[in-house]
Amino acid sequence: MNASDLEKLALHEAGRERRYCLRISICMGSPCMAAGAAAVKTAIEELIDRHGAAADIRVVGTGCVGPCSRGPILLVVTRDGTEYRYERVTPPAAAALVDRFLNGDVAPTERLLPADLPFFTGQTRLVLANCGYTDPERIEDYIARGGYQSLSRAIHHLSPEAVCEEVTRSGLRGRGGAGYPTGVKWELVRKASGSRKYVVANGDEGDPGAYMDRTIMEADPHRVLEGMALAGFAVGAEQGYIYVRGEYPLAAARLRQAIQTAERLQLLGGRILESRVNFRIDLRMGAGAFVCGEETALLASVMGRRGHPVTRPPYPAQRGLRGCPTLINNVETFATIPTIIRYGWEEFASVGGPGNSGTKVFAICGDLVNAGLVEVPLGTTLRQIVEEIGGGVTGGAFKAAQTGGPSGGCIPAGHLDTPMDYEQLKALGSIMGSGGLIVMNDQRCMVDVARFFIGFCQDESCGKCVPCRAGTVQMGLLLDRICSGLASACDLEQLEELCHLLQETSLCGLGSAAPNPVLSTLRHFRDEYEAHVMDHCCPAAVCNMAATEAACQP
Amino acid sequence: MPASDTVPVPDDPRRSAVDRVMQRHRYDRDALIEVLHVAQETFGHLDRQTLAHIARELSLPPGIVYGVATFYHFFTLEAPGEHICGVCRGTACHIKGSGKILSAIEERFGIVAGQTSGDGRLTVVAPRCVGNCVLAPLVLLDGEDVKVDSPAAAVALIEELLSKGEPT
Repeated sequence: MNASDLEKLALHEAGRERRYCLRISICMGSPCMAAGAAAVKTAIEELIDRHGAAADIRVVGTGCVGPCSRGPILLVVTRDGTEYRYERVTPPAAAALVDRFLNGDVAPTERLLPADLPFFTGQTRLVLANCGYTDPERIEDYIARGGYQSLSRAIHHLSPEAVCEEVTRSGLRGRGGAGYPTGVKWELVRKASGSRKYVVANGDEGDPGAYMDRTIMEADPHRVLEGMALAGFAVGAEQGYIYVRGEYPLAAARLRQAIQTAERLQLLGGRILESRVNFRIDLRMGAGAFVCGEETALLASVMGRRGHPVTRPPYPAQRGLRGCPTLINNVETFATIPTIIRYGWEEFASVGGPGNSGTKVFAICGDLVNAGLVEVPLGTTLRQIVEEIGGGVTGGAFKAAQTGGPSGGCIPAGHLDTPMDYEQLKALGSIMGSGGLIVMNDQRCMVDVARFFIGFCQDESCGKCVPCRAGTVQMGLLLDRICSGLASACDLEQLEELCHLLQETSLCGLGSAAPNPVLSTLRHFRDEYEAHVMDHCCPAAVCNMAATEAACQP
Repeated sequence: MPASDTVPVPDDPRRSAVDRVMQRHRYDRDALIEVLHVAQETFGHLDRQTLAHIARELSLPPGIVYGVATFYHFFTLEAPGEHICGVCRGTACHIKGSGKILSAIEERFGIVAGQTSGDGRLTVVAPRCVGNCVLAPLVLLDGEDVKVDSPAAAVALIEELLSKGEPT
């Protein structure tokens, strides 16, 4: 296939789409599946068969539509482009709904989510643009919506330098958490000497409470592949690896299938679109190790070894996979690239704020009315996300939002108006992280949350360096004492000391960021720690204080 | 001890699946994790013979293969029980009480996370976040995500699961 074939295919597919009088999307994201989406799809298909209307109606199982806590979600698009989203549909309800659409009745209002629901209007979907519309297993769906056009344009009309330049000027920063400027990284790898270079996509989404990358890989695998191919072209690599977390078998299966189809259409592999550009992608499965999110550990794992990190420098951009310059970006970062190349850097940079351009996908969950996946411009305030998009807190008043997983921290109610961008979150003692955002109400104990994260890091420490291996255990013991009301002021002091020790002496990011949840809760909720230590009482009545004689008075 | 039919003998036909994946990767050592995935999928766990076979075929020291197999949480060297129940310990599940759910299950079935019951019918595991946080707190019953309302409900679900396969 060449560039003009691609365009023809896109036009043909788009034309076919327009001929349908009704397009019905059923969200097949994991939460909707658990709520029974597969049965809903079957019910709709049976109904359409009975009506003999299969030629006029398209039924698609798509990726995440967004409001996961209201699943299964059904999206109906009529010929004039009007969209109707229905929540909590059951198989009979879905059949009844579709039946009314088929009869040409007015759109049913039962279970209908209002079009002006802040959950939808508050979002800007660039990375998730196809979620809810395309069948992830059909490459034609992706192509019909402009897929692989960016790659075609880059290969035929742009130089590698120009692609790097475009990414640099867009201001895109790494979506894996640290926020390193993506363009600068690309430029480094492009300029690195060596004839063999690699591109690696980090899909080892280990943060508990985060499932953005899972959704992107499951819902729109080709977007990630196209982003990787663009990176390969820009930095001069002919081989890419996508590393998928072991817990995500569906994402892996979708990606494998996507790689195969893309290769068959000459959109990946040798002589892409009949040009002289080659780029192959191989999939590597992780096997459950949080430390593999760290880039040097990830490279070790890609090569089939234990995920032990090594000291940097040299950075992977200088010496990475098999000693060659290697570009590592997060899956979401790669998924953003096709949008930048397609619409230009100015367009992308116009979203978000200066130094924080573009959008970020957050997985919002916890004590929230609308839990699910949202994509908002960087700089959107936490209040907007929690109160407008999230629909407010359940079970009590807002107490804190946890971002950045075990490497992040908690943002208290006093900072609800903080814009969510890399710098502001850092200033509050948290990090952007990969995008997990867990909202907690006032029934939750922050010391218990800190203990939870230290327990996590303890389990996940690879054991290579002592500060992390032994330090997290000691911190865990101290937190256990605090949470059972047995600690003294001296324990609290020792805990803080250990935090600083781990930060300064750990080998990799896992250990040096492990104290963050403790430090951030100490900073914003010190009174709770003091209540545990001085008054032997858990103000939220979460911790079991049976070990102490003092009665708990919440 | 694993049931006798899960111990692969050198001419076990199931081993060909493992051999095929090694062949597909041209016996490349970098594909070790991929090979272990296929081996575990085929046999349910990784036993010594299989690990030794893989080490031999990929020309790797057995210690390296054993090291990788024990480093990653996903791999298990012991045969799992007939049913596997996982209690998610992600952040959202934790704040919604997954700790109490796990304790209730451990108490009811007399095993702790990571163990299999004496009769080989139930294995309890406690994975760190399965990425389905809107269902928090959730348990995985033989791989299926289920939202549970209370520790008692979780125990009841497992009891129901176990009673299904019971000989009548």
